[in-house]
Amino acid sequence: MSNGTSDGKKNLIEVKNLVKYFPVRAGLLQRVVAQVQAVDGVTFSIQEGETVGLVGESGCGKTTVGRTMLRLIEPTAGEVFFEGRNVFTMNGRELKELRRHMQIIFQDPYASLDPRMPIGESVMQGLDIHKIGTRKERFEIMLDNLKKVGLEDYHSRRYPHEFSGGQRQRIGIARALALQPKFILCDEPVSALDVSIQSQVLNILKDLQQELGLTYLFIAHNLSVVEHISDRVAVMYLGKVVELADRDELYRNPLHPYTKALMSAIPIPDPTLKRERIILKGDVPSPLNPPKGCRFHPRCPIAVDICSQQEPEFKEKSPGHWVACWKAE
Amino acid sequence: MAVAELQSESLATIKEESWFLIILRRFLRHKLAVVGMIVAFLFVLMALFAPLIAPYDPYEQNLGNSYANPSAEHILGTDELGRDVFSRLLYAARLSLFVTVTVNFISETIGVLVGATSGYFGKWVDSLIQRTVEFLLTLPTLPLLLFFSAMLRGVTIPGLPDEWSKAIIISGVLIAFGWLGSTRLVRGMVLSLREQDFAQAARALGANSWTIIARHMIPNAMAPVIVNLTLGLGGVIVLEAALSFLGFGITPPVPTWGNMLQNVQERMWQQPWLAFYPGLCIFLTSLSFNYIGDGLRDALDPRLKL
Repeated sequence: MSNGTSDGKKNLIEVKNLVKYFPVRAGLLQRVVAQVQAVDGVTFSIQEGETVGLVGESGCGKTTVGRTMLRLIEPTAGEVFFEGRNVFTMNGRELKELRRHMQIIFQDPYASLDPRMPIGESVMQGLDIHKIGTRKERFEIMLDNLKKVGLEDYHSRRYPHEFSGGQRQRIGIARALALQPKFILCDEPVSALDVSIQSQVLNILKDLQQELGLTYLFIAHNLSVVEHISDRVAVMYLGKVVELADRDELYRNPLHPYTKALMSAIPIPDPTLKRERIILKGDVPSPLNPPKGCRFHPRCPIAVDICSQQEPEFKEKSPGHWVACWKAE
Repeated sequence: MAVAELQSESLATIKEESWFLIILRRFLRHKLAVVGMIVAFLFVLMALFAPLIAPYDPYEQNLGNSYANPSAEHILGTDELGRDVFSRLLYAARLSLFVTVTVNFISETIGVLVGATSGYFGKWVDSLIQRTVEFLLTLPTLPLLLFFSAMLRGVTIPGLPDEWSKAIIISGVLIAFGWLGSTRLVRGMVLSLREQDFAQAARALGANSWTIIARHMIPNAMAPVIVNLTLGLGGVIVLEAALSFLGFGITPPVPTWGNMLQNVQERMWQQPWLAFYPGLCIFLTSLSFNYIGDGLRDALDPRLKL
């Protein structure tokens, strides 16, 4: 894999040509009548210790990419390598072992904790499943992890409904941390939180990354949040990654017209600043029947003939800056 | 330092209180449930100690004294063969309670396990189970129960008195059709629960399907099952009565609340209390079970402050 920044760091995760179609069934025999092309050929890699941001609008396949990587959803095609081993060919035992190293934090802190389970047990569950240490040791590890996210011992007996959204999200983080994973998939972890709580959770994630050397894939639709936390950023549109670059490079010099449109939508707290806003026409096309050629061409302000006929290749325009656009210089 | 000590101390004491004690404490705050518990307990005591409490032999006939009004001698009167109604009610409690409790607990348990399996695994497992359940549900229950009871009429379980072996066989037949409702109920709950993030989180932690079903699906699907169970407790007594009436259940002279109720139909207008007593027993048991169920459901729901 070569589409990472080339400073000699090891790739922890490599995603190659990941495809996920959801079949649409209908009729008496439940025949497949169409395919929702949620993810269609996504390739990227994540280096050890870095945070890759994955942005894109609702329904573009960000979450599907993440969950397929963890095999919470079975892939249609493609490969995902974790430390060089193919996740998609693992059997039950290997997969269970893998779960110790790859964890997930969910978007909705209200749905991600079992309402009938005291939160201490939720945090301890992974340790129980993998039979780590004695019961007492597991209890200690659980308390330790709660402490890491700013919760106290006595919280462990309480149920999820007794906590606020931000606290629950921190419990979710503690649960993910308990197994001491190397990689955590953050699936829009702050989208459901108040702005004041967002920064608190983001800072916890950042601190933990430094302390424990974690690697994140950070899925979000909020560009400012992604800018704050990511080392590199990938932009997705309709099941494809259209641009991938170092954070600063991407925010300073976006090449893809979709990325440019997204950037122009970031609010800047300066009323005197005049700038050009790129307003996209229309809606995102249905992933049931995506446009031919470049998937963005019906909404693209700079589209030319070739865009509607041939799909642009995902190419490295400058070192570490990848983009899939015919017109990108 | 002092604060930390205090916290670890209180944590230790909290830990010692077992889950069972917490549930019990919460249950006891539900007044009606406690009353229901006491009533149900009294019925069970009555059934267990029937031979000690009953003033007469429930089978002893006295044709000269049939349909006697309640009096000091026979506090609830006598029936068409002059048997003491109070004694018969006590003995009837044994079989009626046994059948209804057995049938409901076993069929709800089967329903929960099969329903959760069906809902969680989906695909062909779900199709197979659901089509089977739907097929069984389309069959008319009563004729089918009659068919099975008739088939099993001559069968007895060796080593048991005749009425008990009959009760067990009847229970078996009722269970065969009793698990359908709760299966569908639980399957529906699990279908929505398994899509929730906490189920995904458990999978991401490495939990296998059975762990997720046992630890996450079933506990979260229990509330409607408890309600279903408590409603069923009264229903089965009446169903058993219907079978008895048609001659296929536990037939007289062995008393059950159901067949006592059926027996007095002709004398309803002359001696309405004969129908009233077994009716009241059925009513009180199902009501008390309902309140117990209510209390249990509330006690088990951590979201409710009690």
